[in-house]
Amino acid sequence: MSDLSTPHGPRASRAQTDVQSPEPKPEPGGVDLPPSEQEKKERSASLWADAWRELYRSPVFVLAAAVVLVVISWAVFPTLWTSTGTDGGPCILAESRQGPSSKHIFGTTFQGCDLYSHVINGARPSIIIAVLVTLATCIVGVAFGIVAGFYGGWLDTVLSRITDVFLGLPFLLGAVVVLSLLGSQNIWTVSAVLILLSWPPIARIMRGSVIAVKALDYVEAARALGASNMSIIFRHILPNSIAPVIVVGTLYLGGFVSAEATLTFLGVGLQIPEISWGITIAQGQDYAIAGYPHLLIFPCAALIITVLAFIVMGDAMRDALDPRGR
Amino acid sequence: MSTTEQPSRHADGADRVSMDGRRARATQAGSDSIGFDESAPLLEVEDLQVEFRTLEGVANAVNGATFSVAEGETLGILGESGCGKSVTAQAIMGILDSPPAFIGGGKVVLRGVDLLTLPEETRRKVRANHVAIVFQDALSSLNPVFTVGYQLGELFRRHRGYTKADARKEAISLLDLVGIPAAADRVSDFPHQFSGGMRQRVMIAMSLALDPDLLIADEPTTALDVTVQAQIMKLLSDLKAERNMGLILITHDMGVVADVADKICVMYAGRIVERADVHRIYANPAHPYTKALLESIPRVDLKGRQLASIEGLPPTLTKLPPGCSFNPRCFMARDRCTHEEPPLYDVGGGRHSACHYYEEVLAR
Repeated sequence: MSDLSTPHGPRASRAQTDVQSPEPKPEPGGVDLPPSEQEKKERSASLWADAWRELYRSPVFVLAAAVVLVVISWAVFPTLWTSTGTDGGPCILAESRQGPSSKHIFGTTFQGCDLYSHVINGARPSIIIAVLVTLATCIVGVAFGIVAGFYGGWLDTVLSRITDVFLGLPFLLGAVVVLSLLGSQNIWTVSAVLILLSWPPIARIMRGSVIAVKALDYVEAARALGASNMSIIFRHILPNSIAPVIVVGTLYLGGFVSAEATLTFLGVGLQIPEISWGITIAQGQDYAIAGYPHLLIFPCAALIITVLAFIVMGDAMRDALDPRGR
Repeated sequence: MSTTEQPSRHADGADRVSMDGRRARATQAGSDSIGFDESAPLLEVEDLQVEFRTLEGVANAVNGATFSVAEGETLGILGESGCGKSVTAQAIMGILDSPPAFIGGGKVVLRGVDLLTLPEETRRKVRANHVAIVFQDALSSLNPVFTVGYQLGELFRRHRGYTKADARKEAISLLDLVGIPAAADRVSDFPHQFSGGMRQRVMIAMSLALDPDLLIADEPTTALDVTVQAQIMKLLSDLKAERNMGLILITHDMGVVADVADKICVMYAGRIVERADVHRIYANPAHPYTKALLESIPRVDLKGRQLASIEGLPPTLTKLPPGCSFNPRCFMARDRCTHEEPPLYDVGGGRHSACHYYEEVLAR
């Protein structure tokens, strides 16, 4: 895809029809355009290539993606951003609840820890959970949706009813109840509960999308050309029906960041030795009104900006991938 | 005919070396296991019945279709929308949407093997390797996310186990064969970068890729403009002659088949109402429906006059009128037509007509 960044390929060479037939090099197993010749780059424009071009030309998307990259780097390489290490640094009770200063630019927490370090390190569980849960939800939802939509009949009925049952569970209440019952609350149990409760909308979207694509002529044409069901699913149905899931998945990323913070804030998410935005916000709320608003402002800002960035990315992707929106 | 044509396939031109090579591999690649008899007639459809089980009842979309196609022969299947032409094609291909469509009976015998008795996995191998189809709407028959070269090459990779490089070479030579200029250059273009006519050429290339014995063209030119229609028809008929394939051409346009077809089946409401060779049917139809269809072709010598048309619409298949299905619209319907269904009468000279009064029609 990176080849798209050079949209100035000389078209002229195309005019010479008798160019020596290009040596078909063994192409790296990309689903994408065979990267045969440099000058072809400009012309090769699939839905994905078009979408990508539209995305990186959109300043809103670029800004949101930059924010997301920064937050991801907080999560993956916290030591690049803070010298206090990954455990929230030394907490000096004597320095409790200090306002922003040159030593602690976000100030310090009730425990006297560096708030900036907590905000940086708090990104880690959020990002892990958001990425893990989004991937798993999409995989489960896409699998359900493809099987139900492609095979139809009684299988569709059964899978769709199962989806409906899970769709009927209230998200927040369900998560609170299950997590309280589980007893142990960490990144993995929180992720599992979020996955359990959030795949059904993806399955529904995918099913609808698959049914729409299944009826298209090229699927019938592929069948008439002797394609097996597996090859129809992976070559024709999946690439043509996945776009709405990608859009919703991106929006989900932001949703899971805030879901983790919400559950943690309510006390059924991550627990204290962990560092997380939810915990920092929960601890900060007691003192915010009592004259220490920085305890709430900084972690909340990090949370809000991250969620906003994911949602803006999702919106931009929807615009790019849904041709009807153009 | 088949015996005289057979040797010519191998003896008519040096440019076909690669194709013969491909055919040899095709035979090797699995047709043996199906048990095709190369000396048997290419395709014989006998009393084919396709029914659609709908909530309103069972609709006989194809009701007793019988016809045959030999190598190098073109059969035109003519009829209005909804008369069962495309369903016949899908039944031959084995790609009926089931449910609601089910085969009610009959045989589709390809080279001595009744395809309807084969398991799905075997039928899948028959498709593209032995029987291929070109659809009406080429504009949407190509997957938009892959290049045409990839889609063409995939056939060779999947069915023949070619490497990517070889498959690409084959794709280029096929695009060249169907008359796409600068094929080597366009092979990595996406479908939307081709015009409608070019896309139909790509579809023809795809259907010919594995060198089928029989090609079904289901209204191949309907979505194209008139000049492109003529080019595509010429391409199809040239390729048919060159490869000595059987060709079934499905259309509602009597003008399209006139030049290309050898034999014609006229279908009405799921039944074949007239079957004859092309010259006779155009010169002197033996069924009132064929006659009416012919009269509704615009003609230069009748300029200025009202164009004849057939009153009414084809009947709903779940509610066929008693007797001859065509009687409510027939200009010469009698009492007998409303209660006695006409069999397919042998008119003589190899033609058949499902009209009680075919002699009168012929005489008109």
